[in-house]
Amino acid sequence: NYPLYIRSTPMESELKFHYMVHTSLDVVDEKISTMGKALVDQRELYLGLLYPTEDYKVYGYVTNSKVKFVMVVDSSNTALRDNEIRSMFRKLHNSYTDVMCNPFYNPGDRIQSRAFDNMVTSMMIQVC
Amino acid sequence: MNPTQWDFPVELCCRPMAFVTLTGLDVVYNAVHRAVWDAFCANRRADRVPISFKVLPGDHEYPKCRPKRTSYEWYIPKGILKTGWMNKHLNLVPALVVVFYELDWDEPQWKEKQSECATRVEIVRQSLQGRNTKVAVVLIQKKTPLPPGEDVIASERAAALCNACELSGKSLFVLPHTDHLVGYIIRLENAFYEHAQTYYYTEIRRVKSHKEFLNKTTHQLLFVRHQFKIAFFSELKQDTQNALKNYRTAYNLVHELRAHETNILEIKTMAGFINYKICRLCFQHNTPLDAIAQFRKHIDLCKKKIGSAELSFEHAAWMSKQFQAFGDLFDEAIKLGLTAIQTQNPGFYYQQAAYYAQERKQHAKTLCSHEASVMYPNPDPLETQTGVLDFYGQRPWRQGILSFDLSDPEKEKVGILALQLKERNVVHSEIIITLLSNAVAQFKKYKCPRMKSHLMVQMGEEYYYAKDYTKALKLLDYVMCDYRSEGWWTLLTSILTTALKCSYLMAQLKDYITYSLELLGRASTLKDDQKSRIEKNLINVLMNEIPDPEPDCDVLAVKTAQKLWADRVSLAGSNVFTIGVQDFVPFVQCKAKFHAPSFHVDVPVQFDIYLKADCPHPIRFSKLCVSFNNQEYNQFCVIEEASKASEVLENLTQGRMCLVPGKTRKLLFKFVAKTEDVGKKIEITSVDLVLGNETGRCVVLSWQGGGGDAASSQEALQAARSFKRRPKLPDNEVHWDSIIIQASTMIISRVPNISVHLQHEPPALTNEMYCLVVTVQSHEKTQIRDVKLTAGLKPGQDANLTQKTHVTLHGTELCDDSYPALLTDIPIGDLHPGEQLEKTLYVRCGTVGSRMFLVYVSYLINTTVEEKEIVCKCHKDETVTIETVFPFDVAVKFVSTKFEHLERVYADIPFLLMTDLLSASPWALTIVSSELQLAPSMTAVDQLESQVDKVVLQTGESASECFCLRCPSVGNEGGVATGHYIISWKRTSAMENIPVISTVITLPHVIVEHIPLHVNADLPSFGRVRESLPVKYHLQNKTNLVQDVEISVEPSDAFMFSGLKQIRLRILPGTEQEMLYNFYPLMAGYQQLPSLNINLLRFPNFTNQLLRRFIPTSIFVKPQGRLMDDTSIAAA
Repeated sequence: NYPLYIRSTPMESELKFHYMVHTSLDVVDEKISTMGKALVDQRELYLGLLYPTEDYKVYGYVTNSKVKFVMVVDSSNTALRDNEIRSMFRKLHNSYTDVMCNPFYNPGDRIQSRAFDNMVTSMMIQVC
Repeated sequence: MNPTQWDFPVELCCRPMAFVTLTGLDVVYNAVHRAVWDAFCANRRADRVPISFKVLPGDHEYPKCRPKRTSYEWYIPKGILKTGWMNKHLNLVPALVVVFYELDWDEPQWKEKQSECATRVEIVRQSLQGRNTKVAVVLIQKKTPLPPGEDVIASERAAALCNACELSGKSLFVLPHTDHLVGYIIRLENAFYEHAQTYYYTEIRRVKSHKEFLNKTTHQLLFVRHQFKIAFFSELKQDTQNALKNYRTAYNLVHELRAHETNILEIKTMAGFINYKICRLCFQHNTPLDAIAQFRKHIDLCKKKIGSAELSFEHAAWMSKQFQAFGDLFDEAIKLGLTAIQTQNPGFYYQQAAYYAQERKQHAKTLCSHEASVMYPNPDPLETQTGVLDFYGQRPWRQGILSFDLSDPEKEKVGILALQLKERNVVHSEIIITLLSNAVAQFKKYKCPRMKSHLMVQMGEEYYYAKDYTKALKLLDYVMCDYRSEGWWTLLTSILTTALKCSYLMAQLKDYITYSLELLGRASTLKDDQKSRIEKNLINVLMNEIPDPEPDCDVLAVKTAQKLWADRVSLAGSNVFTIGVQDFVPFVQCKAKFHAPSFHVDVPVQFDIYLKADCPHPIRFSKLCVSFNNQEYNQFCVIEEASKASEVLENLTQGRMCLVPGKTRKLLFKFVAKTEDVGKKIEITSVDLVLGNETGRCVVLSWQGGGGDAASSQEALQAARSFKRRPKLPDNEVHWDSIIIQASTMIISRVPNISVHLQHEPPALTNEMYCLVVTVQSHEKTQIRDVKLTAGLKPGQDANLTQKTHVTLHGTELCDDSYPALLTDIPIGDLHPGEQLEKTLYVRCGTVGSRMFLVYVSYLINTTVEEKEIVCKCHKDETVTIETVFPFDVAVKFVSTKFEHLERVYADIPFLLMTDLLSASPWALTIVSSELQLAPSMTAVDQLESQVDKVVLQTGESASECFCLRCPSVGNEGGVATGHYIISWKRTSAMENIPVISTVITLPHVIVEHIPLHVNADLPSFGRVRESLPVKYHLQNKTNLVQDVEISVEPSDAFMFSGLKQIRLRILPGTEQEMLYNFYPLMAGYQQLPSLNINLLRFPNFTNQLLRRFIPTSIFVKPQGRLMDDTSIAAA
């Protein structure tokens, strides 16, 4: 449960987003533990909206190896429906898998892959 | 106006209940009235009808009713809702006035009483002028009433009374003052309740009727007011469904109002009120989702209605209040049984409320930071004539003014200024902290530990702003470890920075140092220039100087802090701080590593301490000491480097204790272990690194065990997983990640330099004195002393083996059970170099099976290690597994005199006992003798003497013996004991003085049976063709009866015979009959004799088969030789 990669835009309230992502892990943990009882292979990786705040929406995604992705978006951004979020997570997951496939990457280290970075940047540009 | 101006009025938050006043009760002086009143108000549980009662004097003045307006055409409302309205209907205007009057039906002065009662009712009516309030009369009577209809006077007088008071029959009640008071009261209550409901119903109708006169342009405010009133009356009527419906309509109407800067506060206030009511009712109806949806809608609608920019803090305060109120409602609903979930609980609302409270604080800070010279305006624009507002949410300085443009801008300015100045006095931090702590309590309940930590950080920061640094530090310190253990370094750094500020402002030395250490460490995400600054401050503190203030601190606070620091500096006190580092991530890393997992006692123990600093500048430590579980070693492992305090940062590159950032420093330690510690573990309990020196201040960084801090285990794991090739380093340097902590080592004894040989001839034989020769030879260079031998069964085996194994040094006598299984510490003496020594042991094993034997030789020797003389105790052990086997197998069988196998023997008839001794030992055995010990029931036919004395048996050879025995009598069913067979033996190779072992074998029991007739035959050993062969059969009667015997002889082809072929005769008891036959063999070879058949008439069981046991059936017939050769043939 420690950050592998964290990026936010705009940069000014970075700390706030860090806190937000960190607190959302509570919900992720809870969701995982209740889901653990259900069939593991039929598990939906996308956790949906984790919790609503006034200004942001926090979405979560957990891979089968319990790697968590958390996305915080502005709640005024109505262009982002559930489906878009879902596909963004899938993209993230794919990209993460690519990172993991890198034999020089040591699982658990911070991600410093340029490809992953570019992907996240492009995703952020697309949204904003 | 007070700090709680944003709180909802009490009358809004309570549950509206029908208001009923009771008059004519004298609760102070009249005990009966007191009892009645108590029955009304005591024990108001949920099952009683919801009425709020009040006792008032009969002539109480109720609020005046304003004259009814006939037309609304010219009426322009001044506001939405009057501040007194709700209270008026809750506590002032009753739905029902009850007149209590003491009057019995059989009252003698009925007329007077009746008119007095009527007067009282009239007075009440007078004071209620114009209101629809119901009036009821209760007669308190002393007598129990008769059943209705039976008391004629009662019904008559009741009708008369009703008439006099202008009351309907339904409004007249009788309250007999008897035992069942409470029961009557409850019935009365229900009746009152019905009256109250009718009253509120008519009120609703009345308000509704106003609606028709309203028009949309001028009476918009009235629409809201009336809708609210209807809803409120519905609530009083306990018709919550309709109340909810009407509140919802009212809510929509509020938002239809034209909002402008001047009335926005009023609109928001009303919207907040109505929203509160709606949410409250939704929770009451157990539809929490509706409540949440309504609240969200409310917030979305009102979020943007900020109103005047100069008073934006008001909006934030209002928002905060909305969230807080909703949180309270939610929490209350949960207490009544609603279940909340992790993502939807009151905590979020409290958190949001806190967030708005923070926003309010910020707005207030920017808007209200007037110069000190700005005076509070006089006269106070916030004062009103009555002290209260007429309408909710209006400005005190322009009440009831509806126009949107400001009529008096000057007044407006003064009003705003007054509000701003008021706001300045509000203690925001307190509000925020209360809200946050509410939220923390909620999140704790709903399993959100991280949310809780986050809020606690916010609380800590708020305490920091509120200058309550102690509390701030406490909170921050509490959550720090959560963030540290989860590895959120960015967040941790931000918390640490705040904490450092707190500790600086309080001049808390230890905390200040601890936070500095961690902020300098690798977990901190601070920039290098920040780190440099902190490092410099840290050094300053250690040199007993005042550190530079932390950035972004309040100027005033810094001034006081500097004073505090100055006090600290001058204060001579404990200046040594010991800080345990295992709970955080300091800027120095430490790893201890023993060179080997175990050391022999005669070599020095060596270990390395690796140190690495992560701070931006090189740093010099003054002392390093290592502590062990055995503290005697501590003195050997200290490095001290005397340096002046000022040199901590200077003179950098030299010195063992100077750490260059990023470089690993290795320090080697060496000491000689004590001989007492042989077999023990030496552990590093702590590594203490001292920064600064004792003349200034010094910090002792203390690592538990072999180093490592809060983050290092995770790092070690990552490093172990990594495939990364590590860059080549110069020879004397090591890669930090590759160092594995080894904090303990074993001290083991010196390697022995002697040889121990065992000489023996396995396997051991059961019960023998097995000989084991131990040879010890010294290969040491010096004399060895105090050689001791421990030998015997290795401990830890089966307990039965211990019982059945005995060891002795003396082989000449057999050992018994008193001998031990293990002989310990047999002194052997000293051995010179090269000398050899032999020791013979004897082992007796009572059972078969394998045993482990241990031979352990210990000795003392003097050696020197590192110029230190020590006495080492060395030992060498040998184990050997010895199999124990039976020396031989003994087989016993019973045979007849004809060597035929016998299953049973016959009484008094001789039989043979054959023993068969088969050697199983791989070594030659000498049978010294054997002996047959007969049981008393057996007798020997001839002399019993051993036939196997002095026989030597090789492996697999056997020795047999044969004894002729007779059993005189029949035994019982189990058979007859035969006796014991005792074999005395020893190894052929054993020495003379080794005792002989006797093995006793119990012979099997034999079944003995009676036989009625015993037949034996006398006949020569062989016959010859055509020569007469005399055969004599003896028939013996073994019974006490006279026996009839039928004898017949069947002819055989090989013989002719003479004698009685068939006869029947009698044999007397105990006598014998002889039968003589002459056989004449006709053919040579092994021939069958003519068979003798005997039939006993009394014993049909006696068959020929039995008979065949005793008499021979065949005989060898030799051919007839030539006469001259006859003798030679016979000889052959």
